[in-house]
Amino acid sequence: MAHTEWKDAPGLPDFSLLKRLARDQLIFLLEQLPGKKDLFIDADLMSPLDRIANVTILKQHEVDKLYKVELKPIVSSSDQLCFLIRPRIQTVKWISDLVNADKVAGRFRRYKIIFTPQKFYACETVLEEQGVYGDVTTDEWNFYILPLDDDILSLELPEFFRDNFLEGDQRWVTTAGSALRLLQSVYGSFSKVYGIGRCAKMVYESWRELMEDGEQRTRQPEFAKVFLVDRDVDFVTPLCSQVVYEGLVDDLFRIKCGSVEFGPDVTSSDKSIKVMLNSQDKVFSEIRNEHFSNVFGFLSQKAKNLQTAYDKRRGMDIQQMKAFVADELKGLKQEHRLLSLHIGASESMMKKKTKQDFQELLKTEHSLLEGFEIRECITYIEEHINRQVSMIDSLRLLCLLSITENGLLSKDYRSLKAQYLQSYGIEHLLTFANLRQLGLLEEQQAGETLTVMESKVGKLVNDKTVGKLTDAFSSLAKKSNFRALSKRLALVPKSGEEYDLRVPRDMAYVFSGAYIPLSCKLIEQVLERDGWTGMEEVTRMLNGQEFAVTGLDKEFVCIKLYIMFVSYVKLLNGGVVV
Amino acid sequence: VSRAKPEDDEYWNSSKFKAFTFDDDDDEFSRLKESKRAVNSILVDDDDDEEEEDGVERVSWSGEPVGSISWSVKETASSIRSGSEQSFPKIDTTPSLSKQGSGYSLSSLFKGDLYDLSPEETVRRMQKGRAFSLEKFRSLQDKLLLLDEAVAVYDGNLITAVLIYLKKSLSKEILFRELMARDVALRHYVHYLKEMGEQKLLVDVHILLMQYKEHLNIKDEGQRRDFLKSCLGLPFSQDDATHVQDHYTLLERQIIIEASDKKADAEIFKKFPRKASILNMPIITTLYYSCFYHYGESEGTYSSPENIRKTFRISEKQYILTALGARAKLKSWFDVDSLFNTKNWLGYTKKRSPIGFHRVVDILQKNSAPVNVLQEYVNLIDSPELKLSVALKYKCHDIVINTYRDLKDRQELVVYREKLERDSPEYRKIQELLNNVQIRWKN
Repeated sequence: MAHTEWKDAPGLPDFSLLKRLARDQLIFLLEQLPGKKDLFIDADLMSPLDRIANVTILKQHEVDKLYKVELKPIVSSSDQLCFLIRPRIQTVKWISDLVNADKVAGRFRRYKIIFTPQKFYACETVLEEQGVYGDVTTDEWNFYILPLDDDILSLELPEFFRDNFLEGDQRWVTTAGSALRLLQSVYGSFSKVYGIGRCAKMVYESWRELMEDGEQRTRQPEFAKVFLVDRDVDFVTPLCSQVVYEGLVDDLFRIKCGSVEFGPDVTSSDKSIKVMLNSQDKVFSEIRNEHFSNVFGFLSQKAKNLQTAYDKRRGMDIQQMKAFVADELKGLKQEHRLLSLHIGASESMMKKKTKQDFQELLKTEHSLLEGFEIRECITYIEEHINRQVSMIDSLRLLCLLSITENGLLSKDYRSLKAQYLQSYGIEHLLTFANLRQLGLLEEQQAGETLTVMESKVGKLVNDKTVGKLTDAFSSLAKKSNFRALSKRLALVPKSGEEYDLRVPRDMAYVFSGAYIPLSCKLIEQVLERDGWTGMEEVTRMLNGQEFAVTGLDKEFVCIKLYIMFVSYVKLLNGGVVV
Repeated sequence: VSRAKPEDDEYWNSSKFKAFTFDDDDDEFSRLKESKRAVNSILVDDDDDEEEEDGVERVSWSGEPVGSISWSVKETASSIRSGSEQSFPKIDTTPSLSKQGSGYSLSSLFKGDLYDLSPEETVRRMQKGRAFSLEKFRSLQDKLLLLDEAVAVYDGNLITAVLIYLKKSLSKEILFRELMARDVALRHYVHYLKEMGEQKLLVDVHILLMQYKEHLNIKDEGQRRDFLKSCLGLPFSQDDATHVQDHYTLLERQIIIEASDKKADAEIFKKFPRKASILNMPIITTLYYSCFYHYGESEGTYSSPENIRKTFRISEKQYILTALGARAKLKSWFDVDSLFNTKNWLGYTKKRSPIGFHRVVDILQKNSAPVNVLQEYVNLIDSPELKLSVALKYKCHDIVINTYRDLKDRQELVVYREKLERDSPEYRKIQELLNNVQIRWKN
């Protein structure tokens, strides 16, 4: 994203305001513990924090040393310890142990815990149980939204998916609601809210409740519309291999919190380097959404231009040279550096995705999306597992097969599961259990297994509890109707027709013309119709829970920009795999 | 859904795939390489590099931007001498009286401040972060109203808070009985118990898996093996019970193999020293290891490939794939050969493979098999188109030439000849064929 093509569109809102608000609040909290202090930060808060308040600012507010929270004994001589953490029981237990150890050693210190984005009662209970509730002060830093780019905002809560969709824990619903309220209070009311999904509905209700309590701002809204979509409305899209540049960078190098780490093979030196990837990177912003096949040509051209610009120097006199150094050189050097990195990354992509392997992978994915030669696909997946190619990719394919085919045949499920466990480790029994619970990887009949287990467990437990937990959880997973949806929404273009990737005619170019992302199609349709009318069949196949609400402000500027709160997560990495 | 199945060719030629067909002498890729060279060769004069430019980030030795939080954390960490670790003695946690009057506390009973509020009002107070008291809800009915109200506002944090209170003030049986009818609350309770490490309170399939999951926390392999053994009695489903059994057996064997191989002094261990221990590796990795270091051993020993194959019911396809990888790595072409030999009913040997021979060729090529070995297997590829494309890819000249000859394709032979060295035997072979008047070329 990061550019609008419509000339009549107003500019993007200034999201740096959100960063300033967050920073000011953090500083305020830090000042509640006056004097020198050491700061311990949760590992996944380090990058976001860097965007909000860097080391200099922290030091200005008497933060002495910085440490990462590591659940190990600490080595700090400071008398005041401050912890900036997500509200996790494990972390709070560690802090409690720390405080108690100090007590035993007769050491007196001050401790402050700053929970972000909010405190949970369960965490305070742990402090109470461990007998340290009175020894620490606790605060909330309501850091809800991190701007990752000019037009991308993130909750930066990787645990959202697992907690909400796997465990059925609604702890983050009010967080999402609070984030929306924050946006509304800073940037004005939204005129329309659309949504689909259980969690989307709950977030909307939560947000509404919060708004009813607070004051209403009546300034001109900068956003017209909001669309809330649950991740599990469209599992198919994140399971497909990405083929646009930014997607490939993510697949290969992992983009975290808007930045990526490139290793020596990309930087052509012996160092690794961490780079921010956003629209400030002029090279990146031009190629990020391009299909990979267009990227080489673009980079080559840019390299030529760069060469030409540099060569201009040759014919310059002193005056011109001075001007050149003052005005242009910095920009050129910057571009040189970026270009070099992206060319290096592209080369790395070529090497890692050895052409034949990647082509076969894509072919299998496309076949699954279209729904033919399924047996061949299963054979391919089996071989993929046998060759131990990649733990994650093998799982991705299995899940894609399951969703597009409404579950695997029992014999296929058992055979592929056994082979997966053999190839990647038996502990993945747990992974399969999780995926089954999510509805990502299932058998077509589950009835038989349950009865066998029920009878065995029956001895341990009274009749009524048996199977009940399983029921509670299985109500979370929804039935997939991908084929029907695909047909109804024309998600898979007819094969055999030429698809020009340079001048794509629809959204399918992000998957080489093979598939239009379901969630994107949904949003497009709803926005065009301004609601769900005419989409009843579709919403039924998506298990309902759709809604459309008109807001209070009648005056709104018609802009095509919209914010999507999708509980995005790198689905399998760190989310659900054991 | 019945539909005309497009020809494979059509598919491979479609734009979906063209996107990723980069041949070796493809213009675009080589252009890219050139771009890279061009960019990197742009000479920058010394005086251009004087001082820090604002736009360019300074990067430290660890790759982190200087001045960033991660850099600062690393600096701190590295400047600390790793001295003796402090140990954490566990102490009795005598409940301390809450000294703070800040906000809310679940144990504010001693204060005597009992708010005369209904469950709904209490939940509203909780939502706003104000002080509240749950202790006054002593009747079961009130407790359940409280819980249902928390569920109605969708807030997981509040639901868990109420459950914490219910856990303390209700017996396990009663609580469970009530939770059975409340899906959302039940899920939150389960999650809470898991996070608190109290999963033993759960009774259902989850306990089996959480119990099994504990093994990941045990570092010592002997203890882990014993723990897995204890899991064997648990009422898993038939399939899962087999997997857990396999897990135990595997680790048990790995411990034995590891102990013996660690001090082994056989030739192969010296030539190819082990890079890692075999403990906790998956079955297939173990099989590979065995095919590498213990090939040919009798079925009676735990370390032999045959034993592993039988014990873990490994399919023929998987076995051959793995053995092939290992033997090819060692360049034992003879062993590779034997993998594919089968005798037919007349007693004649012929080559057969459960995995496509093109796959076999790929693996051999990755292990730098000599061309004559490669050619042998390329020749065994069934499909003529595939055979040709593989032969072209790996430059098996003889096969290419023979194929074009059989297809009577003169033009292709001419084109191919230009790729060969002037005086090589293959070049001459083509010459001979082209000069052969008896062949009826089709073009």
